[in-house]
Amino acid sequence: MTQKFIVIGAGMATGRALEHLFDAGADVEVTLFNAEPRGNYNRIMLSPVLSGDKSYGEIVTHDDAWYATHNVTCRFGERIASIDRAAKTVTSQSGDVLPYDKLIFGTGSNPFIIPLPGHDLDGVIAYRDLEDTEKMMTLGAEHTVVVIGGGLLGLEAAAGMAARGVDVTVVHIMGHLMERQLDETAGYLLRKALTEKGITVKCTANSKEMLGENGHVKALLLDDGTELPCDLLVMAVGIRPNVALAAEAGLAVGRGIHVDDHMVTSDADILAVGECVEHDGAIFGLVAPLYDQAKVAAQTLMGVEATFVQKELSTKLKVTGCDLFSAGDFADGDSREDIVFRDPARGVYRRLVLENNIIIGAVMYGDTADSNWFFGLIRDKTNIADMRETLIFGPAYQGGGALDPLLAVAALPRDAEICGCNGICKGQIEDAIAAGAADLGAVRRVTKASGSCGTCTGLVEQVLAVTLGDDFVIPAAASVCGCTGMTHEDVRRMIKSQKLTTMPAVWQACGWKTSCGCHICRPALNFYLLADWPLEYKDDPQSRFINERKHANIQKDGTFSVVPRMWGGITTPDELRAIADAADKYMVPTVKVTGGQRIDLLGVKGEDLPAIWKDLNDAGMVSGHAYSKGLRTVKTCVGTDHCRFGTQDSTGLGIKLEKTLWGSWTPHKLKLGVSGCPRNCAEATCKDIGIICVDSGFQISIGGAAGMDVRETELMLQVPTEDEAIAAIKAVTQLYRENAKYLDRIYKWMAKVGLDWITEQIEDLDNRTALVDRFEVSQSIYRRDPWADHVTTKAATYAHLVDLTLEAAE
Amino acid sequence: MSSWIDIAALDDVPQRGARLVKTVHGCVAIFRTGADEVYALDNACPHKNGPLAEGIVHGASVTCPLHNWVISLETGQVQGADEGKVNTYPARVENGRISLDAEFLRERVVA
Repeated sequence: MTQKFIVIGAGMATGRALEHLFDAGADVEVTLFNAEPRGNYNRIMLSPVLSGDKSYGEIVTHDDAWYATHNVTCRFGERIASIDRAAKTVTSQSGDVLPYDKLIFGTGSNPFIIPLPGHDLDGVIAYRDLEDTEKMMTLGAEHTVVVIGGGLLGLEAAAGMAARGVDVTVVHIMGHLMERQLDETAGYLLRKALTEKGITVKCTANSKEMLGENGHVKALLLDDGTELPCDLLVMAVGIRPNVALAAEAGLAVGRGIHVDDHMVTSDADILAVGECVEHDGAIFGLVAPLYDQAKVAAQTLMGVEATFVQKELSTKLKVTGCDLFSAGDFADGDSREDIVFRDPARGVYRRLVLENNIIIGAVMYGDTADSNWFFGLIRDKTNIADMRETLIFGPAYQGGGALDPLLAVAALPRDAEICGCNGICKGQIEDAIAAGAADLGAVRRVTKASGSCGTCTGLVEQVLAVTLGDDFVIPAAASVCGCTGMTHEDVRRMIKSQKLTTMPAVWQACGWKTSCGCHICRPALNFYLLADWPLEYKDDPQSRFINERKHANIQKDGTFSVVPRMWGGITTPDELRAIADAADKYMVPTVKVTGGQRIDLLGVKGEDLPAIWKDLNDAGMVSGHAYSKGLRTVKTCVGTDHCRFGTQDSTGLGIKLEKTLWGSWTPHKLKLGVSGCPRNCAEATCKDIGIICVDSGFQISIGGAAGMDVRETELMLQVPTEDEAIAAIKAVTQLYRENAKYLDRIYKWMAKVGLDWITEQIEDLDNRTALVDRFEVSQSIYRRDPWADHVTTKAATYAHLVDLTLEAAE
Repeated sequence: MSSWIDIAALDDVPQRGARLVKTVHGCVAIFRTGADEVYALDNACPHKNGPLAEGIVHGASVTCPLHNWVISLETGQVQGADEGKVNTYPARVENGRISLDAEFLRERVVA
């Protein structure tokens, strides 16, 4: 006997369920209700429709002919008003009462509208159906749109409108885009790509209110006071299963309509599929599980035993030019390990998260060609122990037999690019090796390969190994020291992610092989801990090199040099007299003017240090930190005070900078220079941070050096005001403190992370402010004179423990 | 027979640190390790006479502050590829007080 099925909702899940039913030859009479005035279409293809890549016609999945062929009565644009489960009838909006044998819910989901003031204004829409899409499609270059929500849907809406020339701003409450699918790095790459498409992205932005005019939205107000004008506001912050009708009918509902493994609701004659469903605590927003549900529901209706099983899900972003893939779980965890591959030049990022040799998560950006293969490994929980070495390169490099990362490199053609920064191919490296370059340094000198960002260093070494065979041994990744196999980067990541705030915690968590470290790792750890946890960690003098422990520079004969600070190189007759007096009193053999515009007293005996500091303190002077991996000096020229060429008060800025930065610890020494005009008398362009004053403001450049390496700074940012210059310099100092390897000067750090990345961090005003805030937190502890502290609390430790000379003489 | 000279309280020397005792023929460095063991050595690295007392103490070793030679506090032997030896002297801790062997210090004077 022909059964009567009523389907509520013509969505992707119900459409697929009907296909399965008809394919299986079901003898049924189907009535299909849909609130939208149309039949089934591929909702996930709305984004290509919006961007103009497809038309609506192309995304229709079932047309009138199909419904007619399968005897489906279509009642589109008509809702169901109520359900009488006892009588097994539904009542439509128009009052028709229809009997059913089986009822199928496919009511989908409703977009979540944040109930902010103004959410009911005209021009505030969700992104859910064709109507929404069409509204967006009417906009063009003369329009401005704000999208709230930096998730999948919001970004697809933003990209679609941007492709139409609309000025789009995405406002996202979290710290990075698509935070549920992407880790920070991939989120950053995505943001960069979207920005290049002309989309403005604001993360960590909290919406406060929608402002209107004559009942129509005109701007979004953020809680930091920013006002973003807009003609249309798209809210894409999430969806909620549409359970209203099911709840009214008395079906069991939670977040969604409860179904069992056969997609049957709490009423045996009512099934549910799609986004309206809650199965085993989960709700569903991606298409793959919806299709699985449709199949199970169809089989259940046909009397075939079938079970819906939740599977791993993957996500791809449908934005042209953003190749993005994410699957599984990629949060950091104790038992989890990462394999990461980056090619900054090509914008490629791949990260696999492993647990017990099984891939549990994958994030890929820029090159997602192998995503299906990785997804298969996640889904099947394949043990990857045997291919671990080459796993990250994808299926092309997983052969039979012994797996060897060198085979992958050996298999590369001569024109395969090895060094993206310098555009060096494998063939050029092979030629260099054939011409006599036998190690990394030589290859780098001849070809420049791996000489820029350095991320391809491993690949270059592998090319050397493949070409030279046994004559070349690949150096192991450099660990901090013999106490650990971990690199500086690993350790820094552990300190942050595991919230390690003491040195023993680091030794334990990172498996140190020695009881208390050594002279190499302890100073590094001491710096990382105080830089990352300024309030929690207590500086350990015994883990510092003698110069920083005794706040003076040790000389070859065991005496010390003492350099009082001269702010911005400015001194006074009184200060000079006090220095001269101290030099006399402590019989200082050498008094020298330093390159950093101050005076060095060389040859002071260790036991005299507290006394000479006291004298200098009494004259108003403090430690110059001439001994520290920290702020040294800010060298200045005389600027507008005296110079006929000066454009700004360079001396004044230098003093301000020195007064705000002094006392801070950095990975290596930090020297600044401020020149009042491009003649650059303060030699600012060979400092770690150099400021050149110009008429229109301040050019801040970084990464200079004049030591073993001599380098010119590169321009990071130009700002119009002194306050902005100071903020940007504090921010870049903090960024350096938080990210660089211990004993890397800024230029070395810059070579690793890239000036572009640094500039972006500082240009982003929110980020700049956050960096400055963190710097100030640290300075609340460290911006003080260590000499004065030692004079009052530690003076006795500078003396001999006991003098046995008298006793021995007896 | 040895005679012990009381020098100072253990806590006068910082953990993983050192203090100096002045003798007519130069300074002896009293080291205290992280495990509160105490050692006495000449305060001069065999390399360039670096002041060992200013070095970083790790395990039962000290690293010279001038050129990073590592010296065993137990034996005075230079560790690793470098060669040399520093004189060591008996030292002990009793009831929280450090003492040195007077005989050995005297021998040092003779030597």
